[in-house]
Parts: sequence; structure tokens; C-alpha cells
Amino acid sequence: MAELGPVLEVLLGGLMSGVLYALVALGFVLIFKASGVFNFAQGAMVLFAALSLVRLAEWLPFPIAFLVTIIIMIAVAWAIERLVLRPLVGQHGLILFMATIGVTFFLDGFGQTIWGSNVYQLDLGIPASPWFLLESVFPGGLLVSPIDVFAAVIAGALVIALSIFFHSTKIGRALRAVADDHQAAQSVGIPLNRIWLIVWSTAGIVALVAGMAWGSKLGVQFSLSLVALKALPVLILGGLTSIPGAIVGGLVVGAGEKLAEFYIGPAIGGGIEYWFAYVLALAVLLVRPQGLFGEKIIERV
Amino acid sequence: MLATAPPRPAPPATPQRRRAIGEVLLAVENISLRFGGVRALTDVSFDIRKGEIRAIIGPNGAGKSSMLNVINGFYHPQEGRIVWKGRVLPRMRPHEAAAGGIARTFQNIALFKGMSTLDNIMTGRILKMRASFIEQALWIGRGRSEELRERAFVERLLDFLEITHIRHTPVGKLPYGLQKRVELARALAMEPELLLLDEPMAGMNLEEKEDMCRFILDVNEEFGTTVALIEHDMSVVMDISDRVVVLDYGKLLADGTPDQVRNDPAVIAAYLGVAHG
Amino acid sequence: MIYRETGQFRTSYAEDQAIFRLRQDKIGIAVILAIAWVGIPLLADEYLLRAILIPFLILSVGAIGLNLLLGYCGQISLGTGAFMAIGAYAAYNLALRVPALPLLLDFFLAGLIAAAVGVLFGLPSLRIKGLYLAVATLAAQFFADWAFLRVPWFTNYTPSGSVTAPALDFFGWVVDTPLEKYWLCLAFACLTAILAKNLVRSRIGRSWMAIRDMDIAAEIIGIRPMTAKLSAFAVSSFVAGGAGVLWAFVHLGSWEPLAFSIDMSFRLLFMVIIGGMGSILGSFLGAAFITVLPIFLNQAPALVGIQLSTAMVSHLEFMIFGALIVLFLIWEPHGLARLWQIGKEKMRLWPFPY
Repeated sequence: MAELGPVLEVLLGGLMSGVLYALVALGFVLIFKASGVFNFAQGAMVLFAALSLVRLAEWLPFPIAFLVTIIIMIAVAWAIERLVLRPLVGQHGLILFMATIGVTFFLDGFGQTIWGSNVYQLDLGIPASPWFLLESVFPGGLLVSPIDVFAAVIAGALVIALSIFFHSTKIGRALRAVADDHQAAQSVGIPLNRIWLIVWSTAGIVALVAGMAWGSKLGVQFSLSLVALKALPVLILGGLTSIPGAIVGGLVVGAGEKLAEFYIGPAIGGGIEYWFAYVLALAVLLVRPQGLFGEKIIERV
Repeated sequence: MLATAPPRPAPPATPQRRRAIGEVLLAVENISLRFGGVRALTDVSFDIRKGEIRAIIGPNGAGKSSMLNVINGFYHPQEGRIVWKGRVLPRMRPHEAAAGGIARTFQNIALFKGMSTLDNIMTGRILKMRASFIEQALWIGRGRSEELRERAFVERLLDFLEITHIRHTPVGKLPYGLQKRVELARALAMEPELLLLDEPMAGMNLEEKEDMCRFILDVNEEFGTTVALIEHDMSVVMDISDRVVVLDYGKLLADGTPDQVRNDPAVIAAYLGVAHG
Repeated sequence: MIYRETGQFRTSYAEDQAIFRLRQDKIGIAVILAIAWVGIPLLADEYLLRAILIPFLILSVGAIGLNLLLGYCGQISLGTGAFMAIGAYAAYNLALRVPALPLLLDFFLAGLIAAAVGVLFGLPSLRIKGLYLAVATLAAQFFADWAFLRVPWFTNYTPSGSVTAPALDFFGWVVDTPLEKYWLCLAFACLTAILAKNLVRSRIGRSWMAIRDMDIAAEIIGIRPMTAKLSAFAVSSFVAGGAGVLWAFVHLGSWEPLAFSIDMSFRLLFMVIIGGMGSILGSFLGAAFITVLPIFLNQAPALVGIQLSTAMVSHLEFMIFGALIVLFLIWEPHGLARLWQIGKEKMRLWPFPY
């Protein structure tokens, strides 16, 4: 049992950061489902949301700062829908993807211009000192960070909320219709532009939650934007259109990279976390191009 | 069996055209194709003879396009086989069909939108070009001479199809009728033995249809190209084709000369009857 | 009235297929080449050569490499920086471990190695399309970053991880002054441009474009998707690898893995988008634009009396690049090259504005 302790600790830590990857991947999935856009800017939205929140919270009470940030994210979604997506509607997916790379750079620059580019501490009032679990089973117990637990809880709640939203509300039904077939949805009178605005706003709010979770862990800083790069392989792993896929993909990547680092990292110089997710995603792509949970793509001639 | 099929006399449908219709070029034998539970084709057999114009007709959803897709390797049927020039074709890919001498056009034009008319048709000559990578990169030897040789060939095609004036125009900017013609030119550039045309006249006005008919007949007569075409316009089909296959719900309904098909009671009931209200 | 084709008749297909068809274009390119080879060396000072012209030329080569893949074959790559790095480290290790190798051959072999790795990471493109490929090429980027940082053999066990290129000795011609380096880069840029242009107007280039525009139709005319895509990956990575060798050996001299990070990949992507996808000329225009813009942003505010912090300049740069990408994709996906072409068309019709 003694040797199992560190492994379990590594596994738990990996799962916790996997939850955070999943949160970012979730934003991707939402947008891809509803508008077919592979939104590279999701990471930039995480940074922008976190920066807005942390700077507003410096002179506003936290709940108000939170609400204002939500409004800001909706405004960002509106601007993207209006200025980028609408003029590019009907374009090849590759063009839209590159446009979101443009949006990424703009948002990164814009956010740091108005909010500043230092490292800002985001204090959500969660105890920073780690908890030690199961001290009776393992010597010294299992070290778990409360922030991670908080993030996992929030992520779980968010997923449940989104599922209910998707399956039980009128807007959710419309969203699923749009995801299924844009033109058919439009022809039965679903306003495409409004749906997109809602989806991008939702993705913005998901980004805010992800930003809070990551930000309280690492501090709010530019590197948050790069989290998106970790979420991409998660997405491939889970399948682009699957919400459960994003979650499972996140957990697999999170746990996998930590365990790989633990077991084979020392042998090959460490830093496996840097590419593990990508190589895993690549391997999955070769065997199962649609990802673990994605729908099989049938090509018609 | 296939090789010994006797040459038969030219069909009586269009007496003004006398072509040598030869042996079986392609035989479709007991083809069945399913997509999941949907049966697209069920036990379809017919043949296409060298030098003829063969029409495939049938109501929407009869499996006509699926049939073409089976012939040139996009779909692989669950049962049956395709015999091409006396040889059974294993599961082949479309580019292998192309190399074997089968060209086709699509119902919804499938041109390369970012390229000019000339470049689009030049792609049809790719299989005829042998220049090595180095020759192409340095524009020497065959890299240069082949470009000139094939350009001359393509120019003759442009001339034949009366589209020389649009040779440098990006195809995306061309009107529909001309795009159809460029697509035909690209298929012809492959110098195919069998040309599959999927609704070559769909969406055209009368004048464009007449032009297209003339081109198809000219191709057939001047180059001796065998043509298999899907078409909805009955008068066109009856006018230009030597033999007609009728498909309905994925099954073979009738097969024969235009006159035979026209008078076939099953066809009248299932197809022409419907078409005439 | 200057730019006119009136009275110039092309009487053979060879003339019609020439790269520069109009006499004015031929004169234009001759003038540009004369300025590049003779004029600039006479006038430019060391700063201009070192800080602007040499990077511009090398990045042009890199942009051509990416453009062949993205602009001509329609396969996205976010890992161009990785292929540059592979070229650079391959050349470094070859020079280090096989000292007898002539430098030019060393460069060439380094390009081949980059091409081989490019094909390896291009393999997924046979099963997946567009967006998925972005991830596959990002994998190349991160894997290369890691390998050159963490596997000490690549950097010859130098404690700092930074390596230094050997002297640039081409069969006795030692390239060490900025001017000589400029000439060297110019020669490579001209060579790459000519070879790339020849390829894209040949069979191979046409098969790339066919795959880009409609892969299904490409297949029915006999193009093997595998050959077309993998050859695009190979050629693109070869060129990118070559650009990496130049960037490391000629521009930087000594370098760390960070020199070829994902930032480099994005810069090249921006050059291709802004300069023009599917245009060799566009690769040069894009490289010029992306090289000059940051320098302009650094100096222009000071000239009009505004003081901006370095951080602010860098954020501005981000915003401007981002906005330009979106604007070009919306209004002119064929980039600056297309704008230049439209300008020329207008000149031909001048003074009639229709």
C-alpha cells in the first residue's frame, strides 16, 4: 500500500487538471456543435474573462464584478458573431479556423492592453493549504489541493447545467437543430444569428469559469491563453461534437500525462507533459479519426 | 464469354449515325449495394458496348448515380462484380478507375474553383505526364516539353468545345452552362475509353442542351469514346442513345433500344406514366 | 499608358506559359532584381541588412514553404516552426559529426531530413482533414520543442542548451560580413522562388491545387490523394527546413530551441494569409509586411512624440496582426498579392475605370 500512495496522488492531481482541460474543451465543443467553427480563440476567451474578472474585482464587490464580466463576455461574443462570423458565413472551415486564430491574437493583445499584463492573484476565498485524505490508509495521507476540488465541483455542475439546458429548454432544442443541419434549422424559422450569439455567450461564460479555476491555481496571466493548446488534443480525443467526450478526454489527458511523467519521465529527461496529450491524440486519430465519442463522418459523393 | 460476343449491327434508332458498335467494354454483373439498411441497388446487371451511347434513366432515387459511383470506384458493392474489358475489377479506388480509362462528370459540377479553365483541363492530362520531380522543379526536359505538348492538346479540346475565349478565366466566375462544358473538357482530356456523364444537361436551357448533345455525339463519333449518361430529359435520351437501361427503386426495370424501352409496359407504368402525370 | 499589353502578341504556348508574360512585368522584375543584387548592397547600412533584410529574405523562404502546403495544397500546418527547427538542428549535427561534409550538401541533407519528418507528420492528413490536421502539426511543434530542449544529444550536451553554428565556409568562400550574408540569403530566396514557381505551374502543383479545391474530383481524374498530399508535405517541409538552417546559421549564429517555437509557426502563417494564399509573390509580400510592422510600431509612435512601453507595443502588435488576419480573410483571402494584381489590372485598363 505504501507504494500506491504516490501513484494515487499523481493520478488524483492528473484528474484534477484534466477537469480543467475539460472545461476549456467544453467551450470548443459548444461552439463547434452549433456553428461548425473550430474556435481557436477559446483560450484567449479564458484569459480575457479571467483578466476582466480579476481587475474588476479590485474595485467592485466580487459578485458584481462577476456579473459585469458575464456582460463583457456576452459583448465579446456579440462582437465576434457580428464582425467575424457573419461576414464569413458559408466559408470553408479552414478559413473560419484561421479567422479564430486572428481573433485569438486580437483578444490577447486587447485584453492585456486594457487590463494590464502582470500576474494577478485571484482569491476565491478557498483555503490554499492542501488537504490530506485517508491518512489512516496511506502514511502521510493523500495530498489534495482544495482549489482543484473546487474546480472539479464547478466543472461538474457546469456540465449538468449545460446538459439540462441542451435537452430540456426550447433554446436547447433549437441549438441541437442548428447543430444537426444549419440550413434545415433556418428554414423552419430558427434565427441562426441569435443562436450563434447564445452559443458564443455560453462559451464565453464557460471560459470565465475555466479562467476562474485556472486563475486561482496559477494566477491570472498570459499563459492562461495557452491552455487552449492543451484543450485541442483533449477535443480530438473525445470527438469534436461530444460533451461527455470533452470531459472524458480531459480526464484521460490529465491523468495520462501525469502518470506518464511519473513512470517514464525520469528515463527520457522529463517534460513529457509538453507533448503527451498531442501524441495521444495523434495515435487516436490514426485509429479512430472521429475520436472516442464523436459521430462517424460519412462522406457522400 | 465476353470476348467472343459477336459485333452487332448499329441500332436503328438513329439511322443517320452509323457507328461500329463493338464488343462488351464494361459488364455490370449482379450488383447489390446497401447503405446500412437502405438498399440502393439490387441485383443489377447490364453491359456497355464499345462505341455506343448508353443511357441510364429512372425516377429520382432509382439508384442511377449510385450505379455510376460503383462503376468508377467510389462505392464498393456488397455483391456482384464489375468486368472491365474482360477483366474482373477488384475493389478499386476512383484514381485507379481513372488510370484504367474511365472518366466522369458530376451532377453538381465538381470543378477546381480556384483554378483557371486551362488549368482545370490540364489536370485531366496529369496521367499522361511522366516528368520527374527534378524536371518539373527546374522546368527542363520533360518538365517543359510535356507542359507544351499537353497545352497544345488542351487547346485543341478548348477549340472543339468552343471555349477558347475563357481559357484564362477562373472557373468559379463562369456561368453554369460553361462550367458544365469545362467539366466535360476535363473528362475528355483524360482520353477515356468510357465516359460517364451524370446529368450533363441538368439545369440548361434549350440552346445549351442542343450544344451539349452535339458535343456528346461528336465525342462519340470523332474520338470513338463510349458514353454512359444519366439524363432526365426523355427527348434527349431517345434521340442520342443507342441503348437505354431503366432503373427503378434500385432494380433493373428494362434494357433495350430507345424504341423497345419506350414501348415497354413496365416502363410506361413505372416511369413514363408517372412522368406524364 | 505604361502598363499595357497592347501590341504584345504571344505566338506560342511557351510564351503564354512564361512566368512573366508582359514585357512590362519582365522589365519590372529585372529592375527589382538589379536593386536587390546591386542597389541595396551599395546603399544599405549594416543595421538594415542585419535587422530587416536578412530576416525578411529567410522568412520569405519559410513562407514559401508553408504556402506550398497551405495555399496550394490546402493542408494547414501550425508546425512550420518545428520543421525549421528540424532543419537547423539536423544541419548543426551533420556539420558537427561529419565535418568532412561540404556545407552546401549539409544544408541539403538537413532539408531532406526535415522533409522526411514532414511526411511522417503529414501521414494523418490521409485520414483526416483540415482542423484535425492543425492538431497533428501542432503535435510536431510541441514534440520538436521538447526534443531539442530535453534530449541533450541534439545540442551536443551543451549545458545551456544553446548551440553555435560553424563558420559559413562554402568551398572556400567564407560568409561572415552582413553583406555577404545578405547575398547568400538573397540567392537562396531567388532559387526557392524559382523552383517553387516551376513546381506550382507543373503537374505536381496542379495536383496539389486539385486536392485543395476538391479532393473527390481530383481522385476521379487520376490523382492519388496520398501522393499529392505527402509530396506537398515533403516539399513544404524541405523548404521550411532550409529556411530553418538559414535562420539558425546565417541570421542567429547561435540559438536555442525557443527560436523555433510556436510563435514562429504563427508568424509564418500570418505571412501566408496576409501575403496571399496560393501565391509565391504573396509569400514575399507577407514576409516583408510581418517583418517591418513591428519595427514600424516600435519607432513610429516615438516619431510623433508618443511614448509607448515595450509591453504596450507588443500588445498592439498582437491586436493589429489579429485584426489584419480577420480583415484579410473577410475581404481578400488572396492577400496582398491579389491586391497587387488588382492594381495591375486597373493599370491595364487605365484611363477607363471599368
